[in-house]
Amino acid sequence: MIARLAIAALTRRRARTALTVAGVAVAAAMLLDMVMLGSGMRESFRGFIDQQGFQLRLTPRGTMPFDSEATVGGATALVATLRADPDIVRVGPVLGGKHFVAVDTGVVAGFLLGIDPAAQGDYRLEAGHDLAAADEIVVSTAWLAATGRALGDTVRVAGGYDPQLRRATGERTLRIVGQGRFQMLAASDRAAAVPLATAQAMGGADRADRVSVLLVETRGAADAEAVAARIEASEARLTALSTEAALKFVDERLGYFRQLAFILASVSLAVGFLLVTTLVTVSVNERIGEIAVMRAIGVARARIVSQIVLEGVALSLAGATLGLGLGLVTARWLNGILATFPGLPAAFDFFRFEPGAAFRALGLLVCCGIAAGVWPAWRAATLPIATTLREEAVA
Amino acid sequence: MTVTPVLSAQSIRRAYPLAGRSVEAVRGLSLDVMAGEWVAVVGPSGCGKSTLLNLLGAIDRPTAGRIVIAGRDVSALGDAEATRFRLTGVGFVFQRFYLMPTLTAAENVELPMAEARMPRAARSARARELLAYVGLDGRAEHRPFQLSGGEQQRVAIARALANRPALLLADEPTGELDARTGAEMIALLDRLNHDGTTIVTVTHDEELAQAARRVVHMRDGVIVDDVVRRPLEATA
Repeated sequence: MIARLAIAALTRRRARTALTVAGVAVAAAMLLDMVMLGSGMRESFRGFIDQQGFQLRLTPRGTMPFDSEATVGGATALVATLRADPDIVRVGPVLGGKHFVAVDTGVVAGFLLGIDPAAQGDYRLEAGHDLAAADEIVVSTAWLAATGRALGDTVRVAGGYDPQLRRATGERTLRIVGQGRFQMLAASDRAAAVPLATAQAMGGADRADRVSVLLVETRGAADAEAVAARIEASEARLTALSTEAALKFVDERLGYFRQLAFILASVSLAVGFLLVTTLVTVSVNERIGEIAVMRAIGVARARIVSQIVLEGVALSLAGATLGLGLGLVTARWLNGILATFPGLPAAFDFFRFEPGAAFRALGLLVCCGIAAGVWPAWRAATLPIATTLREEAVA
Repeated sequence: MTVTPVLSAQSIRRAYPLAGRSVEAVRGLSLDVMAGEWVAVVGPSGCGKSTLLNLLGAIDRPTAGRIVIAGRDVSALGDAEATRFRLTGVGFVFQRFYLMPTLTAAENVELPMAEARMPRAARSARARELLAYVGLDGRAEHRPFQLSGGEQQRVAIARALANRPALLLADEPTGELDARTGAEMIALLDRLNHDGTTIVTVTHDEELAQAARRVVHMRDGVIVDDVVRRPLEATA
């Protein structure tokens, strides 16, 4: 009967209730989006790193992976030393650089990655086959579109270009054997991968036996942080970055985003709380005579409080449910816009739906609905019955 | 017929603070009502009639004195006990009916029974029985706005009787009704009383007062006259 009265009280003024629910839904959607934004980028980045399957990234001392053009020499010996470590399963050397392809309209420039096909995490093959010979190349979809080439074609690729002499350097004839999705690059990036030795040779003497990054997979039971510390201690030229350290670094860089998300999420909660409080208070004021009569005929205070709190909860629940859908749609739309930012990996998510976090946030909103109903409920339950009835009769 | 006091009010007072001083609406009033009686309390506006009714129904508490209803002192009950007493010990009928507008007639009657935790089937059956008693057996599913004033007051009476109270308290039950409907209401109250319900009404309605067995006149918070028009034995 109390639930029936609570629902009836809300449906009595349908337009007003619908508008309040819509307001709560917008607040809930914003809350959800901010929660998704707060954790989305970090988790997205973690997904990329985990997808690669390497726990450590070794870079020239003091640099981050591909933050600069710095490289480390003596790569062959370094890789051999690392592979001899019992705590290391795989080592994937990578040399990053540029490459140039002559087309009818000029020159197409792009990223070139020199990799070990047996230990790489930079691209996922979508068509064709992986690198098996020194004169083979795997390219991105955008690369094929920009150069007008197709799988199976042979192409002249230069490792450098001298604009003064208008001459390509380190040129090689390569066969396009695969089309890949380069996970750390934007979909619009013209990216290509060749065997490490080929990339080193195309870079000339400056790049001989050098690498930009060494990706390291540690043995399951090994402590990646301990392995990183050991490598840094034994090889002064390297910085060893574990997945957790990389995430911490990302966290620091995303700190402002998270603060902004937290502030906006708090504002959303406050708006939801105020909306529900306002509606429930107005509704209680309109029904003050009815409530006094209920008290007069013997309805307990607790029952009155339950009914009014239930109204707040019903409003919050309805708003949160609608807000969940609205938030997901909005997040998808915003993600689509933000994903077009230059230089961002295509699969990078700003808004990532984490069911636990999302339902905790919406649960918090429902708790706000409970809190929003408490004050008007208590006020209604403690009103002086005789005085209220007299005032109602006079009114 | 054995006549026992169902209500006994002894030297009750009710004072209200007003503009920095204390105003007494009821001043040392004593009243006994026997089981099966129908008492009409009459008097000019502001004489303390409604305050008396609120005190008798444990809606309000006297500042002095003692009220015993069905053997229970209700003048010093805490909120929870007073609420429980109002639920099962007395039934209220208000001048403006005060039905829950979102509930049907049957649901309005069921409300006090639901609060008293009566099983759904039993309260539904009793609600139908009470609505039939007050002549509304075909109107159970109607909402208050679909009922006339007289019909709403009948539903209010059915609601007041839901938990079989020892005493029915009615505050100007004909105050919002036209003459014909008011007469029907008086007839219903008469039938209720004839069937054994003890009634105390506060009224300005001369016809209602004439129908009661006993008429108590109040002025300035005290009883100035108490006339038994039809002794219980007369109809026993």
